[in-house]
Amino acid sequence: MTMAKEKTRLLRGGLQKVRTGIEGLDEITNGGLPKGRPTLVCGGAGSGKTLFGVEFLVRGATQYNEPGVFMSFEESAEELTKNVASLGFDLNRLTASKRLLVDYVHIERSEIEETGEYDLEGLFIRLGNAIDSIGAKRVVLDTIESLFAGLPNPSVLRAELRRLFRWLKKKGMTAIITGERGDNSLTRHGLEEYVSDCVILLDHRVANQISTRRLRVVKYRGSIHGTNEFPFLIDERGLAVMPITSLGLKHTVTSQRISTGIPRLDSMLGGKGYFRGSSILVSGTAGTGKTSVAAHFVDAACRRGERSVFFAFEESPSQVIRNMRSIGIDLQQWMGKGLLHFHAERPTVYGLEAHLASMEKSINTFKPKVVIVDPVTNLSSVANEADVKAMLIRLLDQMKSNQTTTLFTTLTASGGSLELTEVGMSSIADTWLLLRDIEIGGERNRGLYILKSRGMAHSNQIREFLLTNKGVDLIDVYVGPSGVLTGSARISQESQERDIEMVHQKEIERRKLNVETKRKALEAQIASLHAQFQAEEQELKKLTEQETMRQRSVLKLQEKIARMRKEDQSSERRKR
Amino acid sequence: MKTKAAAKPRRNSKHGKDIWELRLYVAGQTPKSILAFANLKKICEEHLKGKYHIEMVDLLQNPRLAKGDQIIAIPTLVRKLPPPLKKIIGDLSNKERVLVGLDLRPRI
Repeated sequence: MTMAKEKTRLLRGGLQKVRTGIEGLDEITNGGLPKGRPTLVCGGAGSGKTLFGVEFLVRGATQYNEPGVFMSFEESAEELTKNVASLGFDLNRLTASKRLLVDYVHIERSEIEETGEYDLEGLFIRLGNAIDSIGAKRVVLDTIESLFAGLPNPSVLRAELRRLFRWLKKKGMTAIITGERGDNSLTRHGLEEYVSDCVILLDHRVANQISTRRLRVVKYRGSIHGTNEFPFLIDERGLAVMPITSLGLKHTVTSQRISTGIPRLDSMLGGKGYFRGSSILVSGTAGTGKTSVAAHFVDAACRRGERSVFFAFEESPSQVIRNMRSIGIDLQQWMGKGLLHFHAERPTVYGLEAHLASMEKSINTFKPKVVIVDPVTNLSSVANEADVKAMLIRLLDQMKSNQTTTLFTTLTASGGSLELTEVGMSSIADTWLLLRDIEIGGERNRGLYILKSRGMAHSNQIREFLLTNKGVDLIDVYVGPSGVLTGSARISQESQERDIEMVHQKEIERRKLNVETKRKALEAQIASLHAQFQAEEQELKKLTEQETMRQRSVLKLQEKIARMRKEDQSSERRKR
Repeated sequence: MKTKAAAKPRRNSKHGKDIWELRLYVAGQTPKSILAFANLKKICEEHLKGKYHIEMVDLLQNPRLAKGDQIIAIPTLVRKLPPPLKKIIGDLSNKERVLVGLDLRPRI
């Protein structure tokens, strides 16, 4: 919000900018070079100053309808035309259509004798004439410092150059003045004293036999600008600056999920796999199966009919295909169907920026949904880790804004901490799978963890990672009192456990049988007791009946006796 | 007057004799250009009497001509003939340097 306000304020408040059309430069300068003012572009020999100027004019003429004058003090128009033709600039066509004018100023020191006061009015007239003849808005002076070699009396030159830059400003020309880099100053003859609105430094350095070009906006009066050194490269499309940090975190995300190609891994990642458009880091020591994980992912993508690009920095395409066939993944078919594109290069072929550019080119032409970089760490042979990270960020930002899922593998040196070395990379990964060796009992087995996976519930367990001829299989490891067991240790532990289990089962069955027999015995006992009880009851019943009979007969007998004795009825008997 | 220039006499095919063709580039009638022309005239009268030809080119009127002779500094005197081409910049007040520049006097 404040940035946007600042921008509009700047736009309204006077400092207008002219888009250069040079890829990335307009982003780091917040809109281009100061309009109607001279900009100094300095750098050593071969740093790309001339090309910078040419591209500024060509883009101006072709994209912004601003014709330009190129005043060359070093190369003739023919040489220049030939030199930049390889970069896709057709100066002849632009010259013919009056959108560009190349004026070669040639000064031969040996032809010139100074005999008194002079000024550079001739140059002014020449430049003025050139500007007027095509209605130029842009001017490049390359390299005006050669005047110092061609003309005597530097003090006159200095005064005249100061006048020239003022004159250019007055004419409203957006100008680029190139200057050779000096030992202790930006330019050999101190041009930065005269051109102070905007100074851009180009650098071309070689580290570990790999050259990298860098660009820095040293100063930009009245404007905010990126102050970092930005790598840039010169390829067939011209100059391209990589404003790594200027790409904001603005990409939108989707919650769509895509399969990893390994069912068990999908279930570890909340059952559905990776997020589309996320970045996946697969790290591990040598031979832990990183490429296999990547190949599964590619295979799954191609099965869904999505295009994939596989950047191989270690193995040739045919080697990857052969190796993956051994685990049952046929990548050849996808290449045949035009769904898979291999981009294999040795990292040392050229610098990091050139790699990034060629990767971007393949991505832009193939438009993949899935991108694999295997392994990204190999690129550190041409640049330091920070640069590789910066490049990856740039690549990932681009991928994310296109909703392309990127999987990159990194090789961890065995020995050191597996996680620490990857800190640099980990922050840019949304999902981080760690593959590692587990060494137990004289055996190396592979294990897989999910170290992190942003925005999804994921398993925190280690899985044993098996490479079978039907692909990658993930199985539970044995976690018990003796620690984590894998491989044959796990198998033997499992069989031991099975044995113990079997013994347990048997014991239980035996005891069950025992109880059953006991129960049966008891039941029999109960039955016999019951029978006994019934017999006793019968006996009792019989006895009771006999007693009643006996009493009845006794009574009868007594009655009979009484009748015989003629007894009266006693009170005692009436009670009965 | 026979001067050092005779050291390397060259035939001018057009005129059949040694003619010095000089061109003075100026930009408007500035004091500097007037002074330069006066100085040139004087030197030529002294050293090349009767065999020189001065052409004044005002770049303000003919700006296109600046390209042809690669003129940057003003005033510039160009010795078109005899070859080789020589350029002398400045208002020509340093007479010795002018003579050296025109090969009328050897370099010391």
